[in-house]
Amino acid sequence: MEEANLNKHLDEHPAGSPETWLDEHGSALYRYALLHLRDPHKAEDAVQEALLAALGARGRFAGGASVRTWLVGILKHKVMDQFRRQAREVQLEDPDDRAESDAPGDESDFDPSGHWRNKLSDWGNPEEMLERGEFVAFLQRCLDALPQRLAHLFWLREVLEEDTKTICKDLAITPNNLWTMLHRTRLGLRRCLDSTWLKDAGRRG
Amino acid sequence: MLTCKDASHLLSERQERPLSRRERWGLRLHLWMCVSCRRFEQQLDLMRRAMRLLRRRVEAEADAAELPADARERIRRALAEGHDRAKD
Repeated sequence: MEEANLNKHLDEHPAGSPETWLDEHGSALYRYALLHLRDPHKAEDAVQEALLAALGARGRFAGGASVRTWLVGILKHKVMDQFRRQAREVQLEDPDDRAESDAPGDESDFDPSGHWRNKLSDWGNPEEMLERGEFVAFLQRCLDALPQRLAHLFWLREVLEEDTKTICKDLAITPNNLWTMLHRTRLGLRRCLDSTWLKDAGRRG
Repeated sequence: MLTCKDASHLLSERQERPLSRRERWGLRLHLWMCVSCRRFEQQLDLMRRAMRLLRRRVEAEADAAELPADARERIRRALAEGHDRAKD
């Protein structure tokens, strides 16, 4: 077959041509990646990997679903790959981070008999806290300081509001696993907010 | 009798799954007696509401985002190479 014919043949594929993917769905894919990965470079990488994978898997596009849904499905896998890769990098670079994310993690809050080591502070009136924007800013900073795996899970569950079943399936963990890690994350965030935001609020009176 | 550690677990899990009747009663009794766990309950609630605000902010940012022109160009080149290989 001549080159021109071959091109024509490829471009009449039901999934369309890769050039139109980028024009028609590029920004939608980028937004999805950005929302999950929170980093423009990682988002770009994920979009590129997804489109390359889509190019290779074009023959398996079944029609039916829209091209965008199909592409987002592939992107979702690439985003998960990024997270798994990050988790591995973090573990290699920083053994403490791994230890922290795998340990039971309740010891710093509770004594051996299961009571809070220190009486919890009163955080004051929630409405006021939320109206003054700093609380959210501190929360975001505390979230960024968490072990990556925990931060990611918490992000998926609480910010992107993905359901438990989907998260467990995507990350191959059990619901109990997930709940324990979410709980540990909440305890960690609470401690962090206590020692950063509350102190700061106290200083400002 | 629930410990604070148990109660804190249930307060957290309550956001993920419905508690059993037994768990709800145990928790209610514990909260009635324990000021720290009542504060933990309020703090969880505040964190959850703050996460919702954060969600709206992050979504607004992402909604406004476009794939930057230079990134688009890099991806276009990578795809063209991949496309050529697919044709070979």
